[in-house]
Amino acid sequence: MFEIINKKILNPTVTMMDVYAPDIAKKAQPGQFIILRAAPDGERIPLTVAGYDREKGTVKIIFQIVGASTFILNQLNEGDCISDFAGPLGVPTKTDGLKKVCVVGGGVGCAIALPVAQKLYDSGCEVHSIVGFRTKDLVILENEFKACSKKLYIMTDDGSYGEKGVVTSPLKSLLDSGEKYDEVIAIGPLVMMKFVTLTTKPYNIKTTVSMNPIMIDGTGMCGGCRLTVGGKTKFACVDGPDFDGFEVDFDEAIKKGSMYSREQKHAYDNACNLFKKEAD
Amino acid sequence: MPDMSVKRNAMPLLNIEKRKTTYEEVALGYSEQDALSEASRCLNCKNMPCVKGCPVNIRIPDFISEIKNKNYEKAYDIIADASLLPAVCARVCPQESQCESKCVRSIKSESVAIGRLERFVSDLHIKNAESPSPAPSNGHKVAVIGSGPSGLTCAGALAKKGYKVTVFEALHTAGGVLVYGIPEFRLPKEIVNKEIDNLKKMGVEIRTNVIIGKTFTIDELMSEHGYEAVYVASGAGLPNFMNIEGENLNGVYSANEFLTRINLMKAYMPESSTPIMRPNKTVVVGGGNVAMDAARCAKRLGSEVYVVYRRTEKELPARREEAEHAVEEGIIFNYLTSPVKITSNENGYVNGVVCQKMELSQPDESGRARPVPIEGSEFTIEADCVIMAIGTSPNPLIRSTTPGLETNKKGGIITDERTATSKDGVFAGGDAVTGSATVILAMGAGKEAAYAIDKYIAEKQGE
Repeated sequence: MFEIINKKILNPTVTMMDVYAPDIAKKAQPGQFIILRAAPDGERIPLTVAGYDREKGTVKIIFQIVGASTFILNQLNEGDCISDFAGPLGVPTKTDGLKKVCVVGGGVGCAIALPVAQKLYDSGCEVHSIVGFRTKDLVILENEFKACSKKLYIMTDDGSYGEKGVVTSPLKSLLDSGEKYDEVIAIGPLVMMKFVTLTTKPYNIKTTVSMNPIMIDGTGMCGGCRLTVGGKTKFACVDGPDFDGFEVDFDEAIKKGSMYSREQKHAYDNACNLFKKEAD
Repeated sequence: MPDMSVKRNAMPLLNIEKRKTTYEEVALGYSEQDALSEASRCLNCKNMPCVKGCPVNIRIPDFISEIKNKNYEKAYDIIADASLLPAVCARVCPQESQCESKCVRSIKSESVAIGRLERFVSDLHIKNAESPSPAPSNGHKVAVIGSGPSGLTCAGALAKKGYKVTVFEALHTAGGVLVYGIPEFRLPKEIVNKEIDNLKKMGVEIRTNVIIGKTFTIDELMSEHGYEAVYVASGAGLPNFMNIEGENLNGVYSANEFLTRINLMKAYMPESSTPIMRPNKTVVVGGGNVAMDAARCAKRLGSEVYVVYRRTEKELPARREEAEHAVEEGIIFNYLTSPVKITSNENGYVNGVVCQKMELSQPDESGRARPVPIEGSEFTIEADCVIMAIGTSPNPLIRSTTPGLETNKKGGIITDERTATSKDGVFAGGDAVTGSATVILAMGAGKEAAYAIDKYIAEKQGE
């Protein structure tokens, strides 16, 4: 069992937890993920590592409440235990040798982008960060990004905080103004990552994206997370989750992402009703 | 005098209508009367051809003789001498191509139903037996990677000799293919759990949620965690695809994913939180046991099911009984048929499989007739779900993180005939070595490895 050492509500739909899992904390690298089951008989949920404390033996996860399983996970509090927690899985984000990088995060994807930005900063790389959210209430990790970024742009869809607009507009301005990045690393919703690659493509700047498809085991066994990358089938769990953004078939991935939307809505309603009943 | 009746005693089966909707076990098992009657068909041949057909050499005529004498526990002991998981093997071994194919009775009539007798004895034992207790410790630590049939067999055999064994399992439940792959209606999980509980009572530690190659490497197990030897039984976890157009559409599953959702994640239970499609019409590609399992699970989800296989019924690699049960349950087989393309609607969901007819030509390197496409024979099967059950390859997680471990071009770990790998102290067996094969072969390798590891550690002690 894996104890929740610390829990923090980052915004109404996003929660952070530090989970005691010393074997994983010792090994985890930015870009890798863990798979958890909140309770026995629950679903296996893949979550990208949002940080780790090797000394305290904790792994940080940040998740958005999107369905039944994340709803149930969010019911757990400090001192409670997560029944299964396995990892670290996937290939770490490659940061070696990078001198200047633009990190682009969208929504809860910022939680995954942050440790990458921090690792780059710690290795002496110049980091420019662009983070986007729907609205002011959903903004997370602003101070953390500030601490590791030479330039930081905060965007909101409705203009309630930072600048109004999407992440690709400051990205395009930076590129137009002659910023020469070794790499752009984008982590967020599929549509955002697709548009980041469309923005960087004309400048031919290497763009890495982090794919987070539906998966079960996370070790290559089920093949449920397969994607088309450069015309070839890849498994996000073992070949990724990072891929060359210019090669990813985003349209296919977007269609695949909605495969269980109907079933998930049903499960979410059931889970919510269950807790409502318990509360009554 | 042996009973010379031509027909073997029939296996009592669950009602067909019930089989289409429930996951209850289909083959119900012999009654004592059935077992005694079947046992009396055995001629007790002196040269025991059946034993040569068994990959773990169970002394078959001996255990059948004990059944004749109603010494059922003695019969069990004879089986257990050679096989660690008798109740499992009795259900999943392809007996018709192993022990039963060598039975002298099969020349003139049906062979003795050895598998059914094995099951009768093992089920009785599970019901009545006392729990095992740990053997006195010999102070040596061995790690086993993977808790499937091969790993469990090796762990059990080593525990009997007094080794402190830890089994590492990547998933949250132990059992490997026995729990994620083989469905409840063919192998009730209660039986697998019982076998695993027994191992725990023998002192075997099972650590779930540990991915060797990620959480720990093999080198770390040996240098930091004090394991003197490691047995790699990580299976052939990586599903193969055909690399045809449309394979990544919504509604296309690997058999591994489909079966894992249903079996391990219990998507078949209405209260489960695991999403699964409830297809109307499913095409299963392949003709092995996994294809049969996937087809029969899809049937139980309420789907019409078509199996497409590129050779004929004669070459079908599935256990005969599984194919028969599938036909009984209304699954339609399209032989000499191979998919060329999967089509979709505008939302990216599968709506059909374009197939072509095949004909058999000269045997290929596997010795089986090679299927070749018939030009212009394309036709479409409408379907909203496609399940690829065309085999698996060894998982790369261990080979890519273990320097000095040699593998072949298919990714299988290279071993000598005694399961030793190119790396000192590391042994390997089962599907991780051979690619997808059977439970019994994996068990045989686990047994062999336990023997080799015991010898290796003893020799090291002597140095």
